[in-house]
Amino acid sequence: MKTLDNLKEIREESVTNLEMKDVDNAIRVVVGLATCGISAGAKPVLKTLAEEAEIRNMKNVQVVQTGCIGMCTYEPIVEVYVPNHEKVTYIHVNSEKAMKIFEEHILNGNIVEEYTIGSAEVKSKESKDEEEHTSLMDVQFYKKQKRVALRNCGIINPENIYEYIATDGYMALGKVLTEMTPDDVIKVMKDAGLRGRGGAGFPTGMKWSFAAPNKADQKYIICNADEGDPGAFMDRSVLEGDPHAVLEAMAIAGYAIGATKGFIYVRAEYPVAVQRLHIAIDQARELGLLGKNIFNSGFDFDIETRLGAGAFVCGEETALMQSIEGKRGMSRIKPPFPANKGLWGKPTVINNVETLANIPQILYHGAEWFKSFGTAKSSGTKVFALGGKITNTGLVEVPMGTTLREVIYDIGGGCPNGKAFKAVQTGGPSGGCLTKDHLDIPIDYENLTAAGSMMGSGGMIVMDEDNCMVDIARFFLEFTVDESCGKCTPCRVGTKRMLGILEKITQGNGTMEDLEELETLATSVKDGSLCGLGQTAPNPVLSTLKYFKDEYIAHIVDKKCPAKHCKPLLTFEINKDKCTGCTLCARKCPVNAIEGTVKNPHVISQELCIKCGNCFSVCRFGAVEKN
Amino acid sequence: MQNEFVEARKSEFEELKQYIDTVKNSQGILMQTLQKAQDIFGYLPLEVQQFIADETNIPLADIYGVVTFYTQFTVEEKGKHKIGVCLGTACYVKGSQEIMDKLSEELNIKVGTTTDDKMFTLEATRCLGCCGLAPVMIIDEDVYPKMEAKRVPEILKKYSN
Repeated sequence: MKTLDNLKEIREESVTNLEMKDVDNAIRVVVGLATCGISAGAKPVLKTLAEEAEIRNMKNVQVVQTGCIGMCTYEPIVEVYVPNHEKVTYIHVNSEKAMKIFEEHILNGNIVEEYTIGSAEVKSKESKDEEEHTSLMDVQFYKKQKRVALRNCGIINPENIYEYIATDGYMALGKVLTEMTPDDVIKVMKDAGLRGRGGAGFPTGMKWSFAAPNKADQKYIICNADEGDPGAFMDRSVLEGDPHAVLEAMAIAGYAIGATKGFIYVRAEYPVAVQRLHIAIDQARELGLLGKNIFNSGFDFDIETRLGAGAFVCGEETALMQSIEGKRGMSRIKPPFPANKGLWGKPTVINNVETLANIPQILYHGAEWFKSFGTAKSSGTKVFALGGKITNTGLVEVPMGTTLREVIYDIGGGCPNGKAFKAVQTGGPSGGCLTKDHLDIPIDYENLTAAGSMMGSGGMIVMDEDNCMVDIARFFLEFTVDESCGKCTPCRVGTKRMLGILEKITQGNGTMEDLEELETLATSVKDGSLCGLGQTAPNPVLSTLKYFKDEYIAHIVDKKCPAKHCKPLLTFEINKDKCTGCTLCARKCPVNAIEGTVKNPHVISQELCIKCGNCFSVCRFGAVEKN
Repeated sequence: MQNEFVEARKSEFEELKQYIDTVKNSQGILMQTLQKAQDIFGYLPLEVQQFIADETNIPLADIYGVVTFYTQFTVEEKGKHKIGVCLGTACYVKGSQEIMDKLSEELNIKVGTTTDDKMFTLEATRCLGCCGLAPVMIIDEDVYPKMEAKRVPEILKKYSN
């Protein structure tokens, strides 16, 4: 491919193939084959459907895989597209259901209503709409979303470059290389106001403009795909669902700053993403969209992948570069910033996956289009990985400025099992916990920071009344203690001391002085650390101390865990009215703390009890109560 | 330095040498080389590190530093089956610690160690990114979504021979 016109021709052809325009009675069946889909059993489903079409030699039926459709709770998901009809979304599909869908829907045109998404939809109370839905597009989960970074995820086959081209893929790169100067590109990026989606929110156009004027024999573009925040999987979904968008964006960034080489640093925990990236890179090279003299413009660009090896700190840019260079991933002092001295001392721009996924569309549709979503200071959309105690776990993309309430209740469906919402954790180990009082905050970088949390990369974990906030703070500290690279003493030792105090409190040995000590340590760790890991490590503690101080006090003063989670603070007792005297608990007690005779209520000796909770889990009558 | 290990694993060392020869002239090859070596040997004993040092001219001290920095690299041989329990936030709030405790009790080993018969290694993994299926347990390549502690004994049986 040498010209933009060549690409347009390929696009026309690909659209015809994708929409199966020259096929009679065309049916396209897509199966979600991202990591969650595969784990839930999507591969046999894809096999069944593909084999059926093959055996019957049905040329009008196309069975393909796709990336993350977004509703992880309902995996494996199969979607059936028939031209001029609304697509039908089937959930929790297995091989048997797939057979039935094939026979009823694909062969005979009858939708199998009982397997569609409508059968599981949780209708909000205000919804007057009583009609059963069969398409994902109609359910509450989807209605408030706006998909920019995820536009192709769950729609195209990520292992087929022509499907990406059919959705205007590589058009932005063609436009940039043939019609724009590097300065034009940076200007559009600055005007669009895209900010880094990895967490810190630094304006992308600005970052590029710092690296562009630097003279060097070699510059680099790095894609940061070391998505380490627990509970966050936005970047994995983009890489698995739309890898070419990332490659295209990296080439555009390369042109803008004058780099000819790109690296994608991706976690080794994401094997599917790595494999799809390799396929995508090979395909792009084959079509001349990576390599020498792209679009006859004289611009060369190529990309290699580098795998991480399980170190959270490598998500920090200076540590990441150390790791690519083959060293221990320890962060270094800034300045010099990577834009001046980065990988192997050369000017380098590092952008996160989701940030990159927005770029081709910004260049293709223009800055104004992008700014039409979001708020004045935070333009565009943000992808969140919604998880924890929430009905609809999954991947959602909403315009900036959407409130937490809309995301958690309208899209997420609130906490399941009638439990009360307690907190939402954003920003992973660097972020904080927000309460029900914050639910009406419009989401953007500034608002979340002001409330004591942060945007972070987009993990959003919902917690209900059963989660102990002191224990959650302890959990995050345990994570940062493990992941601190050890270079800065306040981070290495300080987080360990903070963890010690939190353990003491959750075991019921805390004192009120410990709370002051925690705050003092938090300040030292924040002030005395070089990189983002240490500077933000105390946030989960500070935010829970601020909003859930009563829980800390209950642990310390009353020696009680209000969420009934911290075992050392619980007492197990047998309710005489419910106990049938079956003796099971007494037999299962490892320390013989339970006394009683057959058919008579049993009693737990509080002196002997080690609070292991065995009796509570084995009792079939709900007679063991924890308080 | 010839020892039993080097003798016994001759063909594996040959495979590693072939790999190193293909990447030798590029920059920053240590991480990839260690990943390849761990693929081949299953772990990175000192003999393998020494071999890489000799072949790449990277000091052994630097290699040891990198190996011990990253959690994925291991200098000890792992069990036949690797059990991982995700302790990412989404899994943790949904009770993955209970699953971990149950596994630890059933196998009678601590997290991060291997059973005496070298059958099982129990590890806490970082977020696997399938938070929608929390809590998640993974044995070798098999993922067990929405796991419950009470299913542990029955699942372990499947891998016991």
